Amino acid sequence: MQAKKRYLLVSLGACLLLLAYLWGLQIGEFHQESHQQLYAANAQGPRGPRLPRQHWPEWGHSLSAYLDGVEQEEDSPVGIHQHSSPRERREIRTNIYKSRRCRMDTCFDYSLCERGFKVYVYPLAKGEKISESYQKILTAIEDSRFYTTDPQEACLFVLSIDTLDRDQLSAQYVHNVKAKIQSLPLWNEGRNHLIFNLYSGTWPDYTEELGFDIGQAMLAKASIDMDNFRPHFDVSIPLFSKDHVQKGGDKGYLTLNNVPPSRKYVLVFKGKRYLTGIGSETRNALYHIHNGDDIILLTTCKHGKDWEKHKDGRCDRDNEEYSKFDYQELLHNSSFCLVPRGRRLGSFRFLEALQAACIPVLLSNGWELPFSEIIDWNKAAIIGDERLLLQIPSITRSVDHDRILALRQQTQFLWDAYFSSVAKIVLTTLEIIRDRIHSHISRSRLMWNSLPGGLYALPQFSTDPSMFPFYYSLLGKSPSLEFTAVVQVVTPLQSQLQPVLKLIIAVAKSKFCAQIIVLWNCDKPLPPKSKWPSTSVPITVIEGERKTMSSRFFPHDVILTDAVLSLDEDSVLSTNEVDFAFVVWHSFPDRIVGYPARSHYWDLGKGRWGYTSKWTNEYSMVLTGAAFYHRYYHYLYTHYLPASLLSMVDQMANCEDILMNFLVSAVTKLPPIKVTQKKQYKETMMQQGSKSSRWADPDHFAQRQTCMNSFSGWFGFMPLLHSQMRLDPVLFKDQVSILRKKYRDIERL
Amino acid sequence: MCAAVKYGSRGPALIPRMKTKHRVYYITLFSVVLLGLIATGMFQFWPHSIESSADWTLERRSVHDAPLARLAPTSPLPERGDLSCRMHTCFDVYRCGYNPKNRIKVYIYPLQRFVDEEGVAISSTGLSREYNELLSAVSDSDFYTDDVTRACLFLPSIDVLNQNSLRIRETAQALASLPRWDRGMNHLLFNMLPGGPPDYNTALDVPRDRALLAGGGFSTWTYRQGYDVSIPVYSPLSAEVDLPERQPGPRRFFILSSQTALHREYRVELERLKEENGETILLLDKCSNLSQGHTHTHAHTHAHSPRKRCAKGQVYDYPQILQESSFCVVLRGARLGQAVLSDVLQAGCVPVIMADSYILPFSEVLDWKRASVVIPEEKLPEMYTILKNIPHRQVEEMQRQARWFWEAYFSSMKAIGLTTLQIINDRIYPYAARTYEQWNNPPAVKWSSVSNPLFLPLIPPRSPGFTAVILTYDRIESLFRVITEISKVPSLAKLLIVWNNQNKSPPEESLWPKVAVPLKVVRTKENKLSNRFFPFDEIETEAVLAIDDDIIMLTSDELQFGYEVWREFPDRLVGYPGRLHLWDHELGKWKYESEWTNEVSMVLTGAAFYHKYFNYLYTYKMPGDIKNWVDAHMNCEDIAMNFLVANITGKAPIKVTPRKKFKCPECTAIDGLSLDQTHMVERSECINKFASVFGTMPLKVVEHRADPVLYKDDFPEKLKSFPNIGSL
Repeated sequence: MQAKKRYLLVSLGACLLLLAYLWGLQIGEFHQESHQQLYAANAQGPRGPRLPRQHWPEWGHSLSAYLDGVEQEEDSPVGIHQHSSPRERREIRTNIYKSRRCRMDTCFDYSLCERGFKVYVYPLAKGEKISESYQKILTAIEDSRFYTTDPQEACLFVLSIDTLDRDQLSAQYVHNVKAKIQSLPLWNEGRNHLIFNLYSGTWPDYTEELGFDIGQAMLAKASIDMDNFRPHFDVSIPLFSKDHVQKGGDKGYLTLNNVPPSRKYVLVFKGKRYLTGIGSETRNALYHIHNGDDIILLTTCKHGKDWEKHKDGRCDRDNEEYSKFDYQELLHNSSFCLVPRGRRLGSFRFLEALQAACIPVLLSNGWELPFSEIIDWNKAAIIGDERLLLQIPSITRSVDHDRILALRQQTQFLWDAYFSSVAKIVLTTLEIIRDRIHSHISRSRLMWNSLPGGLYALPQFSTDPSMFPFYYSLLGKSPSLEFTAVVQVVTPLQSQLQPVLKLIIAVAKSKFCAQIIVLWNCDKPLPPKSKWPSTSVPITVIEGERKTMSSRFFPHDVILTDAVLSLDEDSVLSTNEVDFAFVVWHSFPDRIVGYPARSHYWDLGKGRWGYTSKWTNEYSMVLTGAAFYHRYYHYLYTHYLPASLLSMVDQMANCEDILMNFLVSAVTKLPPIKVTQKKQYKETMMQQGSKSSRWADPDHFAQRQTCMNSFSGWFGFMPLLHSQMRLDPVLFKDQVSILRKKYRDIERL
Repeated sequence: MCAAVKYGSRGPALIPRMKTKHRVYYITLFSVVLLGLIATGMFQFWPHSIESSADWTLERRSVHDAPLARLAPTSPLPERGDLSCRMHTCFDVYRCGYNPKNRIKVYIYPLQRFVDEEGVAISSTGLSREYNELLSAVSDSDFYTDDVTRACLFLPSIDVLNQNSLRIRETAQALASLPRWDRGMNHLLFNMLPGGPPDYNTALDVPRDRALLAGGGFSTWTYRQGYDVSIPVYSPLSAEVDLPERQPGPRRFFILSSQTALHREYRVELERLKEENGETILLLDKCSNLSQGHTHTHAHTHAHSPRKRCAKGQVYDYPQILQESSFCVVLRGARLGQAVLSDVLQAGCVPVIMADSYILPFSEVLDWKRASVVIPEEKLPEMYTILKNIPHRQVEEMQRQARWFWEAYFSSMKAIGLTTLQIINDRIYPYAARTYEQWNNPPAVKWSSVSNPLFLPLIPPRSPGFTAVILTYDRIESLFRVITEISKVPSLAKLLIVWNNQNKSPPEESLWPKVAVPLKVVRTKENKLSNRFFPFDEIETEAVLAIDDDIIMLTSDELQFGYEVWREFPDRLVGYPGRLHLWDHELGKWKYESEWTNEVSMVLTGAAFYHKYFNYLYTYKMPGDIKNWVDAHMNCEDIAMNFLVANITGKAPIKVTPRKKFKCPECTAIDGLSLDQTHMVERSECINKFASVFGTMPLKVVEHRADPVLYKDDFPEKLKSFPNIGSL
């Protein structure tokens, strides 16, 4: 019995083991199968994994090539009436493709732009009235660096007949435009003309008819339909309200990146509903996806005089819901904002959502999005399809947090770069056209779609993004490890003891110094070569043609390094200080990194900006008498800023450093960086001032105050930002042997 | 399998009672089990081999076996292409459906041999090698479905790559006869050589109604933006010639023109340019018998070989010669699209494209400005000057980019076909579209570039303040001191105590120090270091101060200043004690350094400000097994955080304020030198481990720290915002 029991037990055990094993196998198989299924689903769609998939068969027969051997079509006339020469071909093309089929090649006269990209605005005819918005557009052009008053040198012409509102029922509608335009002596069938328009067509069909023949003129139009849009010829602009600011522009609402980035509501909309007619279907259907919880889509029928006549069954319920929510509250507390088409394709809502950092969800089939030629809207918006309205909730919910974070930041960047003021919209339009004219000197999409945006990245400097201070990390690069020192000299060279020589020697000793450039902006003749110290790096002396203050920032061709160390002749710096500041700059290549700092403040009593050189706990500028920055800023200073500001600086021989700080902060939206300096700097500078320096001039300070206010006037906002910190070497003033410290001289007095 | 089990269970009945037979029993049992195992094992593997052999035995079929389809002369003709077609008007998006993978499904019609009534084929070539390649690539891809009812896009197996080989009318009839044609809705045609003599239309002349066209020579007037796809003209040389990638840099020639069928007018212009600018311009042409020089005997073959080009009696190998030039001219021929563009890109030569109104291949997604120079035909005489103005650095960049475009999008029919489908896919699911960077950045750039998730330059307002997160185990006394100290910081918004001790309850509420801000205690389930970086819902501010329960030496000024610095750098770690990683040349690996160094690459999170976002990253996106490693070793969570932040932002941390006598915040329970050394070894090990997981060393070394503007300046202390900094 014992044995029997044992047998029984053993065999039972064996059976169990076997079963367990088989079960294990089964599971394994199951797993494998599910893997296969997954893979199969990936590869061949929803059909069962076991069914052999019908692939494209492997054709064994040797096939012929699509292009047999030498088939390169001969581009030369074979017979007499076969196609003509390239020149003739171009002429024929130019004659065929007109009006609706206009392209730059056929309807634009490039030859007018050979002397530069200048824009002429017609003088306002007597008795002609123009709307506020159109006046803003014209002002923006007149303020820009492209403006010319001479039609002879103009490349582009802008009418002073208000064409913004072409809705015949509108009060702003201007009559007889056709006749007015035809009477313009320079009209020339509209060639090289740019026409702005916000509204076209009217009830009931809202066609995009302008009511006059634009001929070969380019159209910068809001709500433009892809069908009417002539690619690379017209420009799609955003619809903006008459309250849109002239320049500067309100900031985006995002002040910090919230995480998790999702907001109280997922998707919101609040707006009119058109019960019938063009563009009504989408808004009429919105209630299907409204859930009253996190998707709030509100419509009202209450608009127009006799709305009650047409109202449908939903109107009363909709109107009631509509009044329960505040538009601004929704805008600020939603991750996504629905931007459905109205009667026309575009709406104000688009810019409102953009500014509110509420990611636009576009439902407007056929809308050529604003500045679509250059802006990658997939990075800032969800482009939906009106036909797929019911998918919108699941699409928006499927956007993950990282994507929301990125989309939201992009809305803010785009808002600030291209949309926040009329001037920005106009300038973007002009820059797009300018890029087309010189296609080989134009911005890549990278430059348009990443910070700081195309208006601050001038392709005339370079079309290579790695030459700019902005894209290093995007390209996986870093600036070169060398700098060019540019010393501005205004006093004659007399003795060998002059501070400028000491300065040159100290700077030249820096291991990062590649070359030294002396800008001889002194009225005295250039001293002989022997007067300059001998250094291990080359010294180039450039005698300024116009010995002006601004010329210190001229982008001389000899400056080849990414970094520039700008110096006044009376600056006192040790090699240590130079080295350290350069290493800091290398971490912040888009900012100004310098030594003495200054600050601005709002003078409440006088209602204007104040300037202070007092020692304060914060600063917003560093003086360019001793500062590192990227050489691109030389170019930007010289070519981006308007002549009015530059001549102001030159006349006063002052404020060039303030202007540079304004410019760089406007570009980066960040304060400059101050690094440690030896204590005596300030004192020495003041002593120097006793004789020749401009710092001693009592007017000097008052002038700087004035500058601040003129500059912020031109920029349209105050770009300067405060910083409370200074960067010191890691072991600065630490209680450790000085021998351990890399930058010893900075601490030694 | 079942049998085996039964057999086994039958065992007891067969057992003989004799002792000697015990062995026999065991042996049989053993063999039964073994057999069972083997049998099941065989089962396991057999079916698969059977299945896969089915694939192998698939017959290679001949095109001539494809079924014949006879077209009646009255068979319907599609309408001509509709120029106003857009995705929202001519494309049935409902067929594509909403699917979580956001992928369109593509159906390929089975091959048919279309003939007219007389039995004459509609195409002189039938199915070309290239179109066959394209279709089989599609059928092997994720896009493919063999279920016609689920398809979103239809690919006819009618080859229209080359219009010259087609009978236009009959081809159109064949298209219209496709079972799902439906006015060409959702049908995609691939055509590389459109038009024909004498005027060479820029789009396929075959009437095709609403079908999408992937065309190789679109002009701006025939291209329906956002509907058609502009594709390259495939160069068969891509498959024939293997041109290894050449390092970007200066080349023997500056400009090279290799096209043989150029119009006389262009050639004259090019000759003039060469005269003016000398030997750096090479103009190649067909080899005629006269210019053969030494290879007289093979003159005939040469003259017609597409692989030879000649200039002034000199014979050059094509396309190899393209690698010898910085720029290569791509002029339009009778058609706008030229196969030479593909050769030029393959050679890593920067194309100079002169073809007015030409829509560049894949221009919807590719940024050609980074890989080519586009010059209006009229400016041909200025070409030399324009190109001379491009700096060398940029030329090299373009050479690299050109080669990458070829590799990714031009090199085979497969690449061309799948890129086209991806572009259409991106239009249908725009919210899941590939990004500019994915399309345009070469792998090397993708690898080295950084796209900071917090890229917008923002200086957050001061008012929300920060949340101090204190990780504690049982040092109550020290913890309370820390709480009392921190509560003096003006911008403190909330205190969050992470109670990491499961064996002990936190002290009663009444015992905690009285502070003005909310104090919250969260108890953790496990004593893990990672808990300190958990994105607790209780953290309501974006700024987080991670602080150990023994950091009592930081003054309120120092903490407030740290917060101010964080506001200026919200995408960085801003911390107090700094550390450094170094490359140990002797050991050939990374080393951790905490001595008095002049450089910093990490800050300890025993006291550091950072954005709450990094809590999410740490908890949910930490690569590899780093999180587990940290929890298992009870160490290095701070190093891991530094790696994570540096890797994703490409930026160094900011160390604030001078060095203090920290009570060795990272090695609390350790005293004595030897233990200290173990600690250093362990930390070094962490760095090496993390660097290998990240596949790179993301940490950035800097030589600066942040101090208040007036730090140590000769200035009345009471006028300074942060006077109490650096006191020991």
